[in-house]
Amino acid sequence: MLVLLAVLIGVLYGSAVYLLLRRNIFKLILGLIFLGHATNLLLFVASGLTSGKPAFLRGLEDETIGMSDPLPQALILTAIVIGLGVTAFALTLVYRFYKVTKTVDFDELSENE
Amino acid sequence: MILVLPIILPLLFMVVLMFTRRWLLFQQTFSLLGSIVLTFTSFLILLDVYQNGIMSLQPGSWEAPFGITLVADTFSALMMVTTSFVSIVVMIFSPGFIDKERQTAGYYPLVFGLLMGVNGAFITGDIFNLYVWYEVMLTSSFVLIALGGSPEQLRGSIKYVTINFVASLFFVGAIGILYGQAGTLNMADLAAKMRMWEGGNYINGALMLFFIAFSVKSALVPFFFWLPASYHTPPIAITALFAGTLTKVGVYTMFRFYSLFIVFDQQFWQMFILILAGLTMFIGVLMAASQFDIRKILSFHIISQVGYMIMGLGIFTVTGIAGAIYFTIHNMLSKTNTFLAGGLVYQRSGSYDLKYLGGLYKASPFLALLFFIPAMSLAGIPPLPGFFGKFFLIKGGFEAQQYFITAVAILTGLFTLFSMVKIWNEAYWKKEPEEVKQRDGKVHPSTFFATALLAVAVILLGVFAGPVIEVCLDAGQQIVNPEMYINAVLGR
Repeated sequence: MLVLLAVLIGVLYGSAVYLLLRRNIFKLILGLIFLGHATNLLLFVASGLTSGKPAFLRGLEDETIGMSDPLPQALILTAIVIGLGVTAFALTLVYRFYKVTKTVDFDELSENE
Repeated sequence: MILVLPIILPLLFMVVLMFTRRWLLFQQTFSLLGSIVLTFTSFLILLDVYQNGIMSLQPGSWEAPFGITLVADTFSALMMVTTSFVSIVVMIFSPGFIDKERQTAGYYPLVFGLLMGVNGAFITGDIFNLYVWYEVMLTSSFVLIALGGSPEQLRGSIKYVTINFVASLFFVGAIGILYGQAGTLNMADLAAKMRMWEGGNYINGALMLFFIAFSVKSALVPFFFWLPASYHTPPIAITALFAGTLTKVGVYTMFRFYSLFIVFDQQFWQMFILILAGLTMFIGVLMAASQFDIRKILSFHIISQVGYMIMGLGIFTVTGIAGAIYFTIHNMLSKTNTFLAGGLVYQRSGSYDLKYLGGLYKASPFLALLFFIPAMSLAGIPPLPGFFGKFFLIKGGFEAQQYFITAVAILTGLFTLFSMVKIWNEAYWKKEPEEVKQRDGKVHPSTFFATALLAVAVILLGVFAGPVIEVCLDAGQQIVNPEMYINAVLGR
């Protein structure tokens, strides 16, 4: 499971960087989304995987060692929500940019000076 | 309980302003009053902290390592006071400068959203919570920088949003790795644990990711290109607010993290930070010298000045840190002031481009004076605060025997003077060129008053440098001895 997730994170980071370096602005946004997902998974894996164990169990204070830690999941949830908000804003921004300039090419981003 | 106010108050103001967006006059007066109240509250916190030591609060009665702690030490209180004072000035400046469409489109609530994020980042004691405050601050700034949606602004904000989002993801990734290794995110708890480990060098990976995230936000050398590419696009009141607050939050966080978490390999980190500081101040000022747009010159200057602050961190003695803190306060005021003075130039002459400017000294000496004061302060001319900031940094550098970085700092000071004089010569002293955009634009009284108010504040910061430095030395003590912070939060 750990190896699988590690490979998945690597692939996501790789494709994110590839997309970020493209000239198309919509691909840039896709890259940002991939990068966000890769980072969320990294948060998930790095804080330790415990499979098949409950997060809380009432009345078993001394058996906390086997339990999974609920905090990373709360953190990821927050990070996902924030990422969603920023992505939505970035999409609107790019759409507005497309409407104004009628292009999705990054070269239009550089100013004519 | 006063410690929740810097977060709760802006939230409250933001909600009220959000629902009354169409009433322009109400928006203007209410937000001015709001920022005055905010400044007053932060000042009370500063007084309390200075007299009684570090203040901490556990909201919801969740004790320190488990809940989210709010902590204010002298440094964070000082930063809050300066930020909210800058916001007062910007609130006076905005009605006369920003067009009505932008003002009623949510400019004022967004500024309070920004202030809430900035204040939250200054007083939180939890790393993940710090990330959330960063996002609150950045989201407001994303909307502010794109507000109005001119093609130029859209170009700038796409770059701004992208690079800041990527930096935030570095931040989150670092949090994940750190949590996996340490099992806690409370700053004081984490710092206390790190001091008990043996050979915890593996933490450096996470710390380096944090460092990259914060150096993007505070525009250190390899990561500064987004700043001059985006800061000149929105109306200059917004740029001035950003210049006075945003990058300084990155600097603040770097101070906090360095003080608490650099336990292992201190020599490497010190060297690393000093090298980056030297490169940042020098490259920033060189690039400023080649620009011809007032806003771009000033934007590149922000980078150069961040180098000075980080230099104080690299020296890491009480004198060095105190100098850096004083320099940061001076910079928040003077930098905002130069941007606002640029705004006055724009109102008068309709352009920021030095090629189309000239003769402003002859036309209105007062406007020239309002630029002259903060510009000379940035260059470090004696009675003004920039001199005292640089003096203490250089003194700290000599005491810590860091001669090379000190020499770079002195050299950079000369270049700063050069580029300030460049604006001065071109815009104010040179004869008015044949083609100009506009000859006798009206300067709105509110913008003039705001800029003058800030210039007076700059002068007063220089005149009362003694007492302010005392407070900064206190803050420096707390940064150099992180045990004080740890004990205050964990209640030992």
